Amino acid sequence: MRKIKSRTIINTVQNLCADANFELPMDVLKSLEKRVVFERGIARDILEEIIENAFIAKGRRIPLCQDTGTANFFVKLGDSMSIEGENIYYAINKGVSLGYTRNYLRKSIVLDPLERKNTQDNTPANIYIEIVPGDKIEITFLAKGGGSENASSLKMLTPSAGWNGIKEFVLNTLNEKGRNACPPLIVGVGIGGDFSSVGLMSKKALIREIGSENKNIFYSEKEKELLDEINKLDIGPMGICGITTALAVFIETKPVHIASLPASVNIQCHSFRRKTVII
Amino acid sequence: MKVNLQDLTFDHKILKAGQKVLIRGTIYTARDAAHDRIVKMLNCGEEIPFKLENSAIYYCGPSPARPGAIIGACGPTTSSRMDIFTPRILKEGVKFLIGKGSRSKVVVDSIRQNSAIYLVATGGVAALLSKTVKKVGLIAFEDLGPEAIYKLEVENMPLIVAIDSVGNTVFKMQPFNV
Repeated sequence: MRKIKSRTIINTVQNLCADANFELPMDVLKSLEKRVVFERGIARDILEEIIENAFIAKGRRIPLCQDTGTANFFVKLGDSMSIEGENIYYAINKGVSLGYTRNYLRKSIVLDPLERKNTQDNTPANIYIEIVPGDKIEITFLAKGGGSENASSLKMLTPSAGWNGIKEFVLNTLNEKGRNACPPLIVGVGIGGDFSSVGLMSKKALIREIGSENKNIFYSEKEKELLDEINKLDIGPMGICGITTALAVFIETKPVHIASLPASVNIQCHSFRRKTVII
Repeated sequence: MKVNLQDLTFDHKILKAGQKVLIRGTIYTARDAAHDRIVKMLNCGEEIPFKLENSAIYYCGPSPARPGAIIGACGPTTSSRMDIFTPRILKEGVKFLIGKGSRSKVVVDSIRQNSAIYLVATGGVAALLSKTVKKVGLIAFEDLGPEAIYKLEVENMPLIVAIDSVGNTVFKMQPFNV
């Protein structure tokens, strides 16, 4: 049984919070750079600003976006390892607290949804733990801004709606809310499961690398189909003009009850702050 | 086109939807919580912490500044969340609104009626925009943290006219509030 100190997790998380907020992942940057040539006028200027911003943020260690987000963690915990010291939830939250305060990241979490008093250190984080075989721990951090999260949606469809019903729901969501979510977007789609799992599925879909495809050929075709349709919606960078509305669509699915077809869309802005570390 | 916000002889009605501008001058940050307080204060006849007439309001909650830095990252937040407050604020003579994303029909009408202007910055380019801020001062509502009102002096801040004074808009449809 491999042992990992909770102190190691705290330090790792602290650095993840900083690095992800200062450095746009390479796949996102490359994807944006590829789209510049397809745009002209204001749409092109916006893409160029986004790319320039990524270099300024990295160079000056200043956040890519002032909304440094809700801290989301997707953790794969090996079943042949144990954590010494504090438990993993404490360690991650401690890392977030230190990471956000020491690196001058914005604290955007209020303790009570209606009373709305800031917790001052961006905790608590959203932590999703999965037990997997092995003696390692894989931590993926996703800093999720409020604007794009607000544009997300969930719908309890029924089986007769089929793929066309899901497609209509996704496109309507993008058409109604995509302009205000800082396009170009990355679109996570969850299909199946139940009310509680379908939302998480679409969020987890977002941590896939741009350019990756669903392993199921049926769904990888559907991802391409949706991306095509979304980019025909006449939204474009920042919803003003142009053809680059989304950079990628990721679909994830789960088994489902015979009476149900839940679907969810989790929208991610172009400032796609995510990073993975394996300990 | 370069626009000096403090130049009262400048006729902002010549600005047209879709036009790119570089602004300089004073802007005040205010987002959800600050708007809520301002409108409540106006309704109670209280004095507002800065002069609203001819002012520019920027929907922004900056990240903290590093020691020695003027400001942290300071891009725009989604404007439509302020739609419910905007007509009341515009009635007080606010001239420029700065944010990102589309606005409700009520806000477009209110902008036209008050001959105001709505400008947008690119969302998520907060590091780039921070370079245009030359001076920062805390004005009010310190307890709101990132949602406090700050007075920013900006130079060559790149914006796009999204709704002009006659109500033309660059957005093709009015989405639901996000």
